[in-house]
Amino acid sequence: MAELNTGGGGHKKSGKKRSKKASTRIDLTPMVDLGFLLITFFMLATTLIKPQTMEINLPRNDKIDKKDETKVKASKTITIILAKNNKIFWFAGDGKTDPVTKGPTILNTSDFSKSGIRSVLLTRNAPIVAQIHELKSEKEKIRMSDDEYKKLARQIRAGDAAAIVMIVATDEAKYNNLVNILDEMQICNVSKYSIMDFTPLHASLIKPYDK
Amino acid sequence: MPKVKIARKSTLVDMTAMCDVAFLLLTFFMLTSNFTAKEPVKVTTPASISEIKIAETDIETILIDQKGRIFLGIDGQQHRINLLKAMGEAYKITFTPTELKRYSVRTSTGVPMNQMKAFLDLPLEQIDNPNAQKGIPSDTTVTSEFRQWIYYAKKENDKIVIAIKGDKETPFPVIKTVMKTLQDLKQVRFNLITGLKEVPKDI
Repeated sequence: MAELNTGGGGHKKSGKKRSKKASTRIDLTPMVDLGFLLITFFMLATTLIKPQTMEINLPRNDKIDKKDETKVKASKTITIILAKNNKIFWFAGDGKTDPVTKGPTILNTSDFSKSGIRSVLLTRNAPIVAQIHELKSEKEKIRMSDDEYKKLARQIRAGDAAAIVMIVATDEAKYNNLVNILDEMQICNVSKYSIMDFTPLHASLIKPYDK
Repeated sequence: MPKVKIARKSTLVDMTAMCDVAFLLLTFFMLTSNFTAKEPVKVTTPASISEIKIAETDIETILIDQKGRIFLGIDGQQHRINLLKAMGEAYKITFTPTELKRYSVRTSTGVPMNQMKAFLDLPLEQIDNPNAQKGIPSDTTVTSEFRQWIYYAKKENDKIVIAIKGDKETPFPVIKTVMKTLQDLKQVRFNLITGLKEVPKDI
């Protein structure tokens, strides 16, 4: 491989003695090898992708007055219970009476698949989802700035028609389930949600199903 | 027939250009890199569609592994030294400069305070053993060690942002305890570190 004396040799001319000219070229192959070795090292040792995060705001628990407590309409609320083995239970209303039939609460089972809890949330939050869609197409038409879009989207999500979701996790749930359900909130444009404590009421509701 | 002479060409290629490229890339990687912080345990974060990037400075990472062990780390070596000193004062333990130094080079540590001194005195080959750390004891009481750590970290660096990095399989009660503690300390805004997931197209 070494590239030496390419200038020398060849034509032999008569008589004259010449000192051999050494080529000034150096073989760079080992240097390239070294370069790529170091690149490989740096590529493997670094993190180019910064981790993503999900921002969470919990309510402050020091000053919850009775009058400060937000009253929510039972008909708009839905409670999602995260149970073991990635199972989801959900019911509408306050857990005592069903807001539609006025009978006892109907407990439904669901999962994290596309046709699972997501479709439930999308139907319940349909007016908001439709408005957000409209806003998106409008944004593309009139070149709305990102800030303005965010502001308007926030207003829509806080609208009166928005679904209110209570997230409750049993002790058997995994952290993954919590992140997934918070993710679904983002996907379905639900901004009115909160993480609640698992109460005996919830326990009594899911007991018959929880085997 | 006359013989056709094929001119012999050298098979050697000039490596200079390639060398230039290699070193250019090398320079790029050297300048853009920030080294992967070595964590005491391997944690697989859940994925989300969230695209907010986490800040690099003034961050406090609460690392929770599969078994529910809690580790805590803040950025900045000086901050770490001050934090451990403050915790030492609260628990009436004095750390030697060597111990402080050894604490400060670790990205996150999860050891009960009464074992901290012994842990920091461990020989080098044992200190990186994932089982050497028991996790920070936590419960929702005012005196829990985890609560003290969060409290003193906030005191040490007022701008600190809390990030929870939990494993997929972490049981929920641990997360609940952590969140309750943060809520009690009025640190109600925090981040959950997640991996990347594609946004569903049809929504």
